[in-house]
Amino acid sequence: MIIDHPLLGPRDASEFIYLGDASLLNRPNWDGKKSEDNFYKYLYLRENVAGMHKELWFHQQGDRSWLVISRNTVTHEIFKVELATEFKKNMGKSND
Amino acid sequence: MTRPARTKSSLININKKLSFVFNGKKYEGFQGDTLASALLANDVKLIARSFKYHRPRGIFTSGSHEPNALVEIIHDDYNEPNSKATTVELYEGLVAKSQNCWPSLKYDLMSINDKFSKFIGAGFYYKTFMWPSFFWEKVYEPVIRKAAGLGKLSKNKNNTNSEKGFLYCDLLIIGSGPSGLISAYIAGLSGIKVIIVEEDYVFGGSLNNEIFKISNMSPQAWVQSILKEIRKLSNVRCIENTSVIGMFDHGVFGAIQKLKESKIEQIFWKIMSKKALLCSGSLERLIPFQNNDLPGIMLSASIRSYLNRWSVNNFDNVLLFTNNDDTYLTALDLISNGIKLIGVVDTRDNPRIFDPKIKVFKSSQVVNAKGKLYLKGVDIVNKEGELRHLKCDYLGISGGWNPNIHLSCHTGVRPEWNEKIYAFVAGKTNVSTHLKAAGSANGKFSLNECILDAEKQVLEILLDLKMKPKKYSLPKIKEQSFEIDPFWFVKIGSQRKWVDLQNDVTVKDIEMAYAENFRSVEHLKRYTTLGMGTDQGKTSNVTGLAILASLSNKSIPDVGTTIFRPPYIPLSIEALVGSSIGKNFKPTRLTPTHNWARDNGASFTETGLWLRAEWYSQKNEYHWRMSVDREVNSVRNSVGFCDVSTLGKIDIQGKDALEFINKVYCNGFAKLPVGRVRYGLMLREDGIVMDDGTTARMSENHFIMTTTTVNAESVYRHLEFCHQCLWPEMDVHLISTTDAWAQIAIAGPKSRKIISKIVDKQFDVSNKNFPFMACKEITICGGVLARLFRISFSGELAYELSIPTQYASSLVSYLMEIGKDENIIPYGTEALGVMRIEKGHPAGAELNGTISAQNLNMGKMVSNKKDSIGMVLSKREGLNTLDGLRLVGLKPIKANHQLVSGSHLFNSSDTITPINDLGYITSSCYSPTLKSSIALGFLKNGNSRHGDYLKASNPILKTEVIAEVCNPIFVDPNGDRLRE
Repeated sequence: MIIDHPLLGPRDASEFIYLGDASLLNRPNWDGKKSEDNFYKYLYLRENVAGMHKELWFHQQGDRSWLVISRNTVTHEIFKVELATEFKKNMGKSND
Repeated sequence: MTRPARTKSSLININKKLSFVFNGKKYEGFQGDTLASALLANDVKLIARSFKYHRPRGIFTSGSHEPNALVEIIHDDYNEPNSKATTVELYEGLVAKSQNCWPSLKYDLMSINDKFSKFIGAGFYYKTFMWPSFFWEKVYEPVIRKAAGLGKLSKNKNNTNSEKGFLYCDLLIIGSGPSGLISAYIAGLSGIKVIIVEEDYVFGGSLNNEIFKISNMSPQAWVQSILKEIRKLSNVRCIENTSVIGMFDHGVFGAIQKLKESKIEQIFWKIMSKKALLCSGSLERLIPFQNNDLPGIMLSASIRSYLNRWSVNNFDNVLLFTNNDDTYLTALDLISNGIKLIGVVDTRDNPRIFDPKIKVFKSSQVVNAKGKLYLKGVDIVNKEGELRHLKCDYLGISGGWNPNIHLSCHTGVRPEWNEKIYAFVAGKTNVSTHLKAAGSANGKFSLNECILDAEKQVLEILLDLKMKPKKYSLPKIKEQSFEIDPFWFVKIGSQRKWVDLQNDVTVKDIEMAYAENFRSVEHLKRYTTLGMGTDQGKTSNVTGLAILASLSNKSIPDVGTTIFRPPYIPLSIEALVGSSIGKNFKPTRLTPTHNWARDNGASFTETGLWLRAEWYSQKNEYHWRMSVDREVNSVRNSVGFCDVSTLGKIDIQGKDALEFINKVYCNGFAKLPVGRVRYGLMLREDGIVMDDGTTARMSENHFIMTTTTVNAESVYRHLEFCHQCLWPEMDVHLISTTDAWAQIAIAGPKSRKIISKIVDKQFDVSNKNFPFMACKEITICGGVLARLFRISFSGELAYELSIPTQYASSLVSYLMEIGKDENIIPYGTEALGVMRIEKGHPAGAELNGTISAQNLNMGKMVSNKKDSIGMVLSKREGLNTLDGLRLVGLKPIKANHQLVSGSHLFNSSDTITPINDLGYITSSCYSPTLKSSIALGFLKNGNSRHGDYLKASNPILKTEVIAEVCNPIFVDPNGDRLRE
């Protein structure tokens, strides 16, 4: 696979480490009433998507950026690659 | 019979004789031969025995689709099994032998299987070896294993040299036949970066097999002339002897190149290409009829290639059997070479007349082949049902052509049926694909169509790449036609008709699978093994599908097809591994004092990628324990130093650095003053311990975090995750400085004396002004920048001194010099480990990915007054049971008994069964301080069991030791020594 890094251009996937669903960016509040339940859902419940999926990749052998990649899990087609920092800031508000 | 010399082909060099050995007998061939062409030219027809029934088999094709002629190539020190005689380029001194036969190829005892074929058809294993069930392991499996498989591995270490490499281009062209060469020429002229790869050892593909004229030249001359033009272009790279084995996502291709006369014997290329053009041509299919597997029966176009490309001139009495026009080219070439052509058996009622000299048996079929080890003759039947016997030595068959679209399926795209050519072509997809097929691989079977199609495809690619073609000209070719009749297999006759020659699958096997309801193509493949093996059914798959379709009264597209997966041809694991073997498998990291340690008696141990000194042997020490015990005693009584540079070091700076650190450690950091270090426990979000270490606050907004050696990378990645993905608004900057700073631990009651000698005068290291857990940026030895931390892993008064890496080796030499009076010694990881076990510090063996802060007796450290990673889930009920595992110390009741890591703990009266398991030992050592074996471990309800005696049992080593449970801190439990 080739990942088109927003800063570095197309790079081989072997330079990256895969983490998983980008929903990990939505970390729940720690002191809310249902915090334990929310953290359980945040950490353990995942959609098993056949199709478009936003996921986290780390450029370990590169500039150490965390990226949010929109990828079709069936065809492996990559539609969008964004810096996680930008993505998170664009989510509007931080969750804590 | 005297034969004309093999002079006709320009691709055979008869001035260069090569001698080779096959099955112990010496033969001669020429430069340009494959093993197969040389064997044919030497009248060797019987090459192999078949997989299951050990039937005699000969050469069937002239390329990598060969199902039959698999041989073992014998090298000096290893064997290459399952080599295709049809692709092995002949070299001087080649030694090959047949496989799957015993005692000899001619008299193969296992051919008895052929006599029992009625009983061992498809599904035989599944049905027969069912009962009694205990027979499977004892009898059936060993017998089947012995009988199964083709070639044998020599089991010697393979000494071929493999390498890996990367190539980048705009357009990858796979195959150098007519469409490949034209495409490379047009694309190359436009200026884009082109790579054209050819599986064969010569360029030209099918053109090497022909003798008609292209632009008034022989096809071989035309290939050379266009290659000359292509090679003038510096933006085109032509690579022969290279098979593209797979297409992967986003234009990544794998290819294996075989090299001759080179130290490196093969290279695995990873090719990144914006676009790719599949010019892999097409492969001829067979026609099943009775005994169609006899040596002497070959594909029709393969006969033509042996005749034209390799000048194999001993074909005689040749008969052809076909359903399409291509075979007539073979017929014409046989006649023009003066070879006796008996005729062409054509299934069609009105085939085109190519030459009146060719005798055509219209509307006829070959129904049976006769002969024992070789073909002697055939029976043919015409439309009226009249049977006729024809004597012949060779039979060329052609059931039509399949575009060679293997690679087009690798990203999951299914082939599509083309009703005009009765074959599958590359499937279309709505996903942007990097690969297009061109020419014959795209179902254009006549040469002029093929070249026009290549032109069309390459112009489309140039348009996609926004490049303009330069002026070019196409070769002049006589119009050709290609017509075919969908004739798939001969129905007449009840003997076996072979579909898949490599796997011995017959029409009967397919009928049986169908009758037993294995009717989907995927079931059919697995039940009968149709299309498996080293050739992956390249000559047989579609024929098999057609037979299934006719059984089920469906059309071929309705029956569907199995899909091709990489690799296109078999390749050795070694090719994928390249030179990454042994010590080259992963990099070795050396500590900054490595050379000094090596010169001072150290032996080394691997920790992750690092090599670390494990102990330093002195002259009189003949056992490692003597060195380790001495090192521990020296540190506990005087002073020693140890290179701890391998611990991860992360430099953290920024206005929000403290807040950030407070969020990634579960214990409180908010109040850490400048100039102080604190122990930090890091949890995963699920509440399990990830790592531990220390963090020093060097100044207001500057921190240095240490991690364990093994987790240095993953902790750093985790911190970047926390920063970039969770709290990007924080002003925090992280960088790993593990390699930039060397860190030397100086430990022992006399360590302050040593430190005072090297620290520059203006810095006060007295206990009062530099107490336990202090840190400071200082200079040493007259101005060398350094960082001093008063932290201790050994439990003694100790310091860790951090200096730029390049000074580390001078520093340790200097420490030896100034520490002479205190008998300073270097100590290794083993003594380090002993002292940390004596102090009950958890390390890698304890932080094993299942352990919580509670388990380490550190539950109270997890602050619930702040947000930190893992805090919420660490409070889960299941991680906080009162009877959960707790870190304990263990001491055998007899000092000479040895506690072993991995042992499990049981009450002394209980039997050793899993249900009675109370915990396990994680670390153990001999403690020279306590003069006893000691251990750390996790024990259920451990804190209330101190003083109890338990059994530590290790069923693998068959040891059982009675041990007393105790405080895990064996030495100086109050920590007085640290603070002295």
